[in-house]
Amino acid sequence: MKPPPFKYHAPASLPEALDLMSQYGYDAKVLAGGQSLVPTMNFRLANPSVLIDLNRIPDLGGIRSWNGGLSIGAMTRHVQVEKSPMVLDKLPLLYTTMPKIAHPQIRNRGTIGGSLAHADPAAELPALLRAVRGQVKAQSARGERWINADAFFIDFFTTALQPDEILTEVRMPGLPARSGWAVDEISRRHGDFALVGVTTVVRVNASGACDEARMVFFGVGDGPVLAETAAGVLRGEQPTAEAVQAAAEAAAEKDVDPPTDVHATAAYRRHLVKVLAKRTLQQAFDRALGKEVAS
Amino acid sequence: MTDLITINVRVNGVDYQRQVEPRLLLSDFIRHDLNLTGTHVGCEHGVCGSCTILFDGQPMRSCLLFAVQADGHNILTVEGLAPDPDHLHPIQEAFHEAHALQCGFCTPGFVMTLKPFLEENSDPTDEEIREAISGNLCRCTGYDHIVDAVHIAAEKMKEASS
Repeated sequence: MKPPPFKYHAPASLPEALDLMSQYGYDAKVLAGGQSLVPTMNFRLANPSVLIDLNRIPDLGGIRSWNGGLSIGAMTRHVQVEKSPMVLDKLPLLYTTMPKIAHPQIRNRGTIGGSLAHADPAAELPALLRAVRGQVKAQSARGERWINADAFFIDFFTTALQPDEILTEVRMPGLPARSGWAVDEISRRHGDFALVGVTTVVRVNASGACDEARMVFFGVGDGPVLAETAAGVLRGEQPTAEAVQAAAEAAAEKDVDPPTDVHATAAYRRHLVKVLAKRTLQQAFDRALGKEVAS
Repeated sequence: MTDLITINVRVNGVDYQRQVEPRLLLSDFIRHDLNLTGTHVGCEHGVCGSCTILFDGQPMRSCLLFAVQADGHNILTVEGLAPDPDHLHPIQEAFHEAHALQCGFCTPGFVMTLKPFLEENSDPTDEEIREAISGNLCRCTGYDHIVDAVHIAAEKMKEASS
């Protein structure tokens, strides 16, 4: 189908874009890569009366080193992150996640900021941002503020961004010493949205016991879901096979309330939560303890 | 009716100036305004890949871009792939030789996706090829002949550049 009519603005600078946002508010949608927005407009699920296209604004993209991790401009394309040696060096978890997102043609256009602001509950990047305790910068004509990932994702396709705010930058801190990570997902076809996926980051103490385990699931709820019960099961424990099993069961039974839809039943998704929790915890603890990681 | 916007865009080496409605998809602009109907429209929501074109050299879905966004940019469609009217591009030759198409509807999207891929990777593995074409759907071939064609095309492009 074809998108409904809209008024189009392509501001040449960020201040100009922010003025337009304060002028149009709820009526406006920001057009970044458009790889989610344009399909929903083609289906007429979205009907914004004004589009504010950020693609003509220089300097909103780019990847910089920050706090042992990364600062990424909102308009950075997925492909730039996917192919960045700095991303591989500073945050291999992000580097490993990128090829799991959609298809090459989508990654050539889609942006990091767009994916986070869209907040699809089945998307990879919102879960990663929560797992690494990242933050986003929201700018408006009124000023700017930083929002922590845990407070940013509110509901299905809903974030803490106000109608006049634009997400302009993302920060992902580097992982502390003795940390490990893993990411995995199950989808019906390669590149499809995941039925269930998880980004897992763990940290162990000097004696090898678990200090912290952050598993953030996607495709199972109204946003990226942090498995808090499972984290409690592991805290202070040695990461044995039994402890990992108990945490995986806790995640599947207590931490998620997955939907049934045309793609999978809730029971099947719950099963996948357990399988993926176990698999990624094992890999993450192996990495944290400096062991060989089975792929 | 919203206002018309004037755009200047280069498609297959030819400069065009046109007036477009903001909501006009780049795929429809290419097909209806420029009459370049080699770019096919399958799903119109970014899944099938048949509308893939090169936008400043990179494969993108033309159904997920607005024509106004192409202002000042350089587009290549399947019509611009062959070097001259008497010869096919090596990728097109390879698709012909390996019988990598049946109905042909998806083919323009495949060949446009593969051009930059093979220019960057002259000796791809089966796995790399399948990853590269993962965003293009074909309902006829079962993909095996397409993978064969990509290997043949890689050889041809290597020979041509040596």
